[in-house]
Amino acid sequence: MIGSRRQILVRKTLLWIALILGACFAGLPVLWMVSSSFKSNLKIFAYPPALIDESFSFEAYQAVLGDPGQLRFFFNSYLVAILVTICTVVTSIMAGYAFSRYDFRFKKILNLVIIGVQSVPPITLMIPYFGLIVWLKIYNTYTALVLTYMVFTLSYAIIMMTGYFNTLPRDLDEAVMIDGGGSFVTLWRILVPISLPGIVAVGVYTFMLAWNEFLFALTLTRTNDMRTVPIGIHLLMGQHSFEWNQMLALSVLGSLPVLILFLLFQRYFIAGMSAGSVKG
Amino acid sequence: MATATQSQVVEPANIGWEQRKRKLLPYGYLSPTLLLLATLTVVPIVTVFLYSLFDNVIVNPNPPEFVGLENYIKALSHRKFRAALSNTMYFATASVVAHFVIGLSFALLLNSRLLAANVKALFRVIYILPWVFTASIIAILWRLLLNPHGVVNFVLLEVGLVPELLEWLSDRDLAIHAVTFINIWSGYPFYLVSFLAGLQGIPDDLYEAGHVDGANSWQLFRFITLPQLRPIIISLALLDFIWTLHQFTLVWMTTGGGSNSEVLSTYTYKAAFSSYEFSEASTLAMVILAMCTFFGIFYVRSQRMTDE
Repeated sequence: MIGSRRQILVRKTLLWIALILGACFAGLPVLWMVSSSFKSNLKIFAYPPALIDESFSFEAYQAVLGDPGQLRFFFNSYLVAILVTICTVVTSIMAGYAFSRYDFRFKKILNLVIIGVQSVPPITLMIPYFGLIVWLKIYNTYTALVLTYMVFTLSYAIIMMTGYFNTLPRDLDEAVMIDGGGSFVTLWRILVPISLPGIVAVGVYTFMLAWNEFLFALTLTRTNDMRTVPIGIHLLMGQHSFEWNQMLALSVLGSLPVLILFLLFQRYFIAGMSAGSVKG
Repeated sequence: MATATQSQVVEPANIGWEQRKRKLLPYGYLSPTLLLLATLTVVPIVTVFLYSLFDNVIVNPNPPEFVGLENYIKALSHRKFRAALSNTMYFATASVVAHFVIGLSFALLLNSRLLAANVKALFRVIYILPWVFTASIIAILWRLLLNPHGVVNFVLLEVGLVPELLEWLSDRDLAIHAVTFINIWSGYPFYLVSFLAGLQGIPDDLYEAGHVDGANSWQLFRFITLPQLRPIIISLALLDFIWTLHQFTLVWMTTGGGSNSEVLSTYTYKAAFSSYEFSEASTLAMVILAMCTFFGIFYVRSQRMTDE
């Protein structure tokens, strides 16, 4: 079955061609975005196009980083995403614990509801949402954004946490309970520390979702000092007569946190996905 | 079970209290989740459903008037609704099929035994790259590339694939295909990551047994890999289909639903926040919800099957 050396060489060559074609499909658009962010605005659509031209400079980045208004978008995005991550992680640990370790009357139905929430279209909630948020007196606040994002992060997080807890032997918490520890102690002292890989996966995924959210960030905030990076990019599209290099620089800077998180935690992340909702 | 073991160690006098506490505890743990979902999911859905049964809701000087299903009949028979529906179905179906094909191909490439681990790691990062960008950044990126004077037109023109500079995102015949392509580009890594995890979970002895039986690589793929990935494929495809059905940001920020590329979510958003026709918009929102729920039921069932 192994075949001759020649055959392996042919297969290897084909494999590399496919790999590189795939890398062009995925990577070239990104490379073009990054290189364009270093061009001057006049050169963005120059003919013929060049990956790097003589206008190369950090001007667009200086413009973004030197503008307190745009830095504020980053502050807001970080604050909201971190708060959403903390709240989602704590809430989903508690819910996952209940689903994994207890039998109760409405367990099946509640479980279905939580899985089902993933398919609720944001646009359906949108119309009454505005009125509801105003009525709760949290319009144009971080609270509104954090609570709203949790609606969309929680169900996935709970499914992942429940899946993770299910892989841990029950003997473990029973031993602690017999020693006189309550369920609360069991959860936070025993289960949480050994579930760290699952928790990190949930956290990274939540952060990504929260960092990227657009529709509600647009609708639930009114003033620029409350707006997040995706909305900031949207605003730049409207305001100036298309400062392409600045929009691209803001886009590159706005993608870095998620990229770094992903690079650091990709192992946890892939493991978490297989233990969580999409398991084989 | 845990219940039995626990009650054995409890003092007899406390059993009643302990049992009641045990019954209530899970609800306690679930209370933040339930409170949040009740106020921010159930309440809005019920409200939007009620809106869809009334005329003159929200900003309107006239008092709301109960009209039953009239809004639905009006909305569903509208020519623009039909166009948006068919665009949405095309957008979602093409995206899911392409996501699946690209995601699986890349996962198989990265899983090849002929590659060194560090090569795999490098290409994995490149292949997942589109995923780290949020929809508004993907929109900017492709508006840059697909601009009539952008680099895509330049390359296609040089190679001779197109006769003239094309307005990818504002041509009535091209826009919906261009948006679909952008969505394909941005969405396949979700499949790739899941398939990579799934492929790692397939036991080696299955392939070894296949080899012993004299199967070639296509047969190994057809009769071992695909069936083993089946549960993942089904949940992914359903979830992706649902998400694409209500995809808003990407369409909104590339074509704005113009040039014959209107999808249901942009059509609904315009009805609500451009024309302030909140009854119509609520009706459309309910239609999208119904479609997503329909596929959501299959998704929930597929999830439960993997759980059991």
